[in-house]
Amino acid sequence: MREAEVGLKQLVPEAEVHEHNPRRLYIKIPRNRLTEAAKYLHKDRGMRLSICTGIDTREGYEILYHFSEDSTGTMYTLKVLVPKDNPEVESQATWFPATDWIEREMHELLGIDFPGHPNLIPLLTSDADWDKNKFPLRRDYERRADAHER
Amino acid sequence: MSGRRIVPIGPYHPLQEEPEFFKLIVEGETVVDLEINLGYNHRGHEFISPELTYDQIPFLVERICGICSNSHPLACVLAIEDCAGVRPPPRADYIRSIVQELERIHSHLLWLGLAGHFIGYNTVWMWAWRYREHILELFEMITGNRNHYAMNKPGGVRRDIKAEQIPQILAVMDVVDKKVMMLNRAVLDDPVIRARLEGVGVLTREQAIAYSVTGPTARPSGVDIDVRRDDPHCAYDRVPWDVIVFNEGDVLAKTKARLYEMLESTKIIRGCLKDLPDGPIETRIEEVPPGEGIGRTEAPRGEVFHYIRSDGTNRPLRHKVRAPSYMNIASNVVAVKGGSIADAALTLAAVDPCYCCTDRMAVFEDGRLKLTGKDLLRLSWQKTEQVRERMR
Repeated sequence: MREAEVGLKQLVPEAEVHEHNPRRLYIKIPRNRLTEAAKYLHKDRGMRLSICTGIDTREGYEILYHFSEDSTGTMYTLKVLVPKDNPEVESQATWFPATDWIEREMHELLGIDFPGHPNLIPLLTSDADWDKNKFPLRRDYERRADAHER
Repeated sequence: MSGRRIVPIGPYHPLQEEPEFFKLIVEGETVVDLEINLGYNHRGHEFISPELTYDQIPFLVERICGICSNSHPLACVLAIEDCAGVRPPPRADYIRSIVQELERIHSHLLWLGLAGHFIGYNTVWMWAWRYREHILELFEMITGNRNHYAMNKPGGVRRDIKAEQIPQILAVMDVVDKKVMMLNRAVLDDPVIRARLEGVGVLTREQAIAYSVTGPTARPSGVDIDVRRDDPHCAYDRVPWDVIVFNEGDVLAKTKARLYEMLESTKIIRGCLKDLPDGPIETRIEEVPPGEGIGRTEAPRGEVFHYIRSDGTNRPLRHKVRAPSYMNIASNVVAVKGGSIADAALTLAAVDPCYCCTDRMAVFEDGRLKLTGKDLLRLSWQKTEQVRERMR
């Protein structure tokens, strides 16, 4: 087992590791342990954040934090599941500037709240004429109907 | 006199062809803060992609960027292949590397020209773009297009490199090596350029790590990362080449890094052509099973990252795209602070924000070339004469 994987398991015993292949690890962790796990991967293990992905699934919103360990070329993806009736995850932007933009993006496109974010304003959508209650990356967003409006 | 003023650059600004809004907050001549607004041309690729099949998506992501029009489809097909657990045949790996490195050379030459243009050294601009033309001609020969090459497909590549094309590619590589060395001397030995670039827009190693920047924005700041070496894909682990790292973090280091990277790219292309294996260029993918896949490659500007979530159908459930500039541009906030307004434009440009400007015309009629470059030149002269006549 890899060092980072062992360390992460010690830090977050609930972590479920799925090895897709030797260079692609997916690690499910509870929502309230995300900050600790992310700090461990970035600060202690020196990993770089590639990006975050937000996915609307049946079980809830999945937020993926893709960390890249450049010394071994391995991607460690932290997965947290967020319930649909309370879509919020603690913001990482307070200590990690690389997450600033992507959290703003997930906030406006998927409707996830990031309590603690210093500047949670829209990044990509228009300030002027975009309906703030519409989230295009959610499954219930009416694709076709909306496309014909314009 | 003190007091803060705002100097807006963009969203549509003659200095900067991309629609992004940089709000420089200045005190006198000094930039004290920067606000970045983007999204003026947001096209919603991640929204469109789940409506397309895996075969169609490479064509969509190819159009994200006109300069990186090989990097995005490459990372995308790598993600699909990662999800499906398929490896392309070796020959496809080598061809992918060759096209990817050609793209790096043309992109770096483009940047070098623009950097020259930004500091008012238009000779570098003309030269760099002139030599870039040779690369675009190679693209046309190999792929049929000067831009948007459509080379990658899930499982392999669409077109083969023919044996008779190899000497031509090698000849252009010799030209590139020679001209890059010339530009290297012209740019780095010129005391005025040195004075203009040295110590400007410094991004420290700590800042580079905190902002998770990649590519020729990270490596000149002493961050030794390169996806081609760290996460081997295509043929990058089978040919010899080096990662270029500098420690200064200023615009000069970024310029040097790009100049030397072009020489590494020609090395990779030569290595790939020397060992180009025989065999098929495509592995058939029967189905993409439910699951997820990550594909990443080193684009000219840094790491391109694609994530695919599959539910077992012929379309992805989610497709995440991260272009390198997404991380790199954000780091401008720290790089321009403390510099002067005059340096700001150059510092902003030093991360190489990208735009597509391959402009060319050829008129065909009944399948025959009607107008060539020479004819266009002649027409241009005629027009000048007409204007001159009118002004008299």
